[in-house]
Amino acid sequence: MPQQAEAATLGIWVFLATEVLFFSGMLLAYAVLRKAYPAGFAEASRETKIVIGTINTAVLLTSSATMAWAVHAAEAGHRRLLAWLLAATAALGLVFLALKGVEYSQEYDEHLVPGLNFSSASPHEHAIELFYFLYFGLTGIHALHLTIGIVVVAVVAVRAWRAAFAPAYYTPVEITGLYWHFVDLVWIFLYPLIYLNGRSGG
Amino acid sequence: MTAVSIHLPDNYLVEEQTIGSWIFTHDHKRVALLFFASITFFFFIGGFAATLIRVHLVTPQGDLLQPDIYNRMFTMHGIVMVWFFLIPSIPTTMGNFLVPLMIGAHDLAFPRLNIASWHVFNLSGFVLLYALFMGGIDTGWTFYTPFSTAYANGYVILAVVAVFINGFSTIMTALNFVVTIHRLRAPGMYWTRLPLFIWAIYATSAVMLLATPVLAMSLVLIALERLLGVGVFDPALGGDPLLFQHLFWFYSHPAVYIMILPAMGVVSELVTCFARKRIFGYTGMTYALLAIAVFGFLVWGHHMFTAGISLYSGIVFSLMSFLVAVPSAIKVFNWTATLHKGSIAFDAPMLYALGFIGLFTMGGLTGLVVATLGLDVHLTDTYFVIAHFHYIMVGGAVSAYFGGLHYWWPKITGRMYPEIWARGAAILMFLGFNLTFFPQFILGYLGMPRRYYAYAPEWQVWNVLSSAGASILAFAYLLPLFYLTWSLLRGSRAAPNPWQATGLEWQAESPPPKDNFLRTPTVTAGPYEYDAATGVTIAQNGTVYG
Repeated sequence: MPQQAEAATLGIWVFLATEVLFFSGMLLAYAVLRKAYPAGFAEASRETKIVIGTINTAVLLTSSATMAWAVHAAEAGHRRLLAWLLAATAALGLVFLALKGVEYSQEYDEHLVPGLNFSSASPHEHAIELFYFLYFGLTGIHALHLTIGIVVVAVVAVRAWRAAFAPAYYTPVEITGLYWHFVDLVWIFLYPLIYLNGRSGG
Repeated sequence: MTAVSIHLPDNYLVEEQTIGSWIFTHDHKRVALLFFASITFFFFIGGFAATLIRVHLVTPQGDLLQPDIYNRMFTMHGIVMVWFFLIPSIPTTMGNFLVPLMIGAHDLAFPRLNIASWHVFNLSGFVLLYALFMGGIDTGWTFYTPFSTAYANGYVILAVVAVFINGFSTIMTALNFVVTIHRLRAPGMYWTRLPLFIWAIYATSAVMLLATPVLAMSLVLIALERLLGVGVFDPALGGDPLLFQHLFWFYSHPAVYIMILPAMGVVSELVTCFARKRIFGYTGMTYALLAIAVFGFLVWGHHMFTAGISLYSGIVFSLMSFLVAVPSAIKVFNWTATLHKGSIAFDAPMLYALGFIGLFTMGGLTGLVVATLGLDVHLTDTYFVIAHFHYIMVGGAVSAYFGGLHYWWPKITGRMYPEIWARGAAILMFLGFNLTFFPQFILGYLGMPRRYYAYAPEWQVWNVLSSAGASILAFAYLLPLFYLTWSLLRGSRAAPNPWQATGLEWQAESPPPKDNFLRTPTVTAGPYEYDAATGVTIAQNGTVYG
């Protein structure tokens, strides 16, 4: 059993390494195109919904806190607390997705969705379209990861409620936590790249 | 066999015989056989396309195929051979079969992930075959933009999706190997006692894990760009086509090492066993494997010397590419040093291994030629490059694949293969290979470009030679299909250790029972305790032979 737990923990770390490389491909595209079109990217960035983005950052950071607390509760063997904290984590994830949906719909109304209805009167039209292409790509893939995370956390929460874990065995909680923190961490990189560029006044 | 005194468990082949017990198996050995069936199927599909190409190129004006069909054929050949044969070849078959056996484990760390990897592989194969039968694609296996996103006809998105799904299979298998090698080694199996095949699979897995996700993202971007008409890679829409080449080669150059590193692992096992000598420079061999894996990530730009990268990055990438030759040469010198004063037996696996060393050396040295900035301007996108990478991938990786297949055949099937036939096929493969690809060096030097369906008449003689070699090669590849199938039914029964080899896999029965070992072995010896002078061999669990 300890051998299996060690294997699972190493496995999730290795998996997260592949995830870093997966996101890095699109982040490289962002870096290259932003260097090519600094003014266009700054202009596009100023049109993003910074209030929603900032609230969402806070929501996701809070969810990481409840997740970390949940792992601690599992370690200490607090069954009910563990289940509730996991439920809170999943709920915060849902709040994030709901707000992201609101943001997407506003952007749709403003004709900012490449491939569907993009139009812009700016001289930087192409650059702005590329920015929003990468914006929807990066946040979309992030949201997909978050959705998977919510499902997994919910399943683990139900199992926790049914007393599937004990201080001697809570590997699923631990590896779910690692995944959740990773998804949170990706957003920590996306937030400044998407929302803060072009707003620094410099 | 009337008085059986000890009851042995059934071997893994006959242990349970329902279809479900195969296609949903958790046994790494059965998964290896399933992968073997899948990739053999794709090997012959890719080979069929290659055959058509070579027949077509017998005449300068190209009489067999329409130009558009010709484009689809070389694209299909490339995609199938790279992602559906070469990359999975040794890891998914011999890797799956041998990693637990060689380290003294009962299975891989994640048996369900392992069988899932095979199902995902097949799913990607079905998507690819669907794309091919619907009419195929004409982009070449490299999917270069903006051609693939803006101009290409055919089922680019489907093909890209197939390769994307295929990547999940690669990652699942690689993750399983890394965790297994870290966590499931038998007592006494220190890192310094690991067989070099395990080191090679470990290095390969690391490359797979770090490179494949980048390919996945570049393929996602291609599909989205084609679907939505937004130009991340399309200069007409503000995008950067070089960005695609950077992303693609960041994967696809390391992918070359995904193909060759396991082959190096196999050859290390074969050379030391059939020379009856301890491998020369074990520590150097492990570091060389790791160095090739690391350097492999720093040389992708040498595919882009003529694509418009700056002179300075060209110089750096050229230098880094030269550096790969150092660990590669360490390996070749150590294999030859192992042969020195060895007691060499020329069994079929050894013939393949010796062929590998020669052909890999040719491929490696011509790699230095194309890594040279000035020469590459002349040779880029010519048949010289085709010949160079076929010496590595076919002469190298496929030779080692067949060598390993023969070497471990008795362990996998419990039967011996017919030695005379096997040696004949090995020699024929070597001759056919050289006749096919050596003329292509000359063609490339003379300036014949790759991927053209017609060529200047003065090049015909070299093309005819190449096509003649290809027909020998095709025949040589078909031979094992027949005599190995024959051996399954009629071959003599194999003893547990027919080669008197040192590895733990030879301490299990042939074929092994479902759980590999009746008791977890304890390792007391290094991986290659052979002694050519005395003929005494000590297996890793301390068993003494000779």
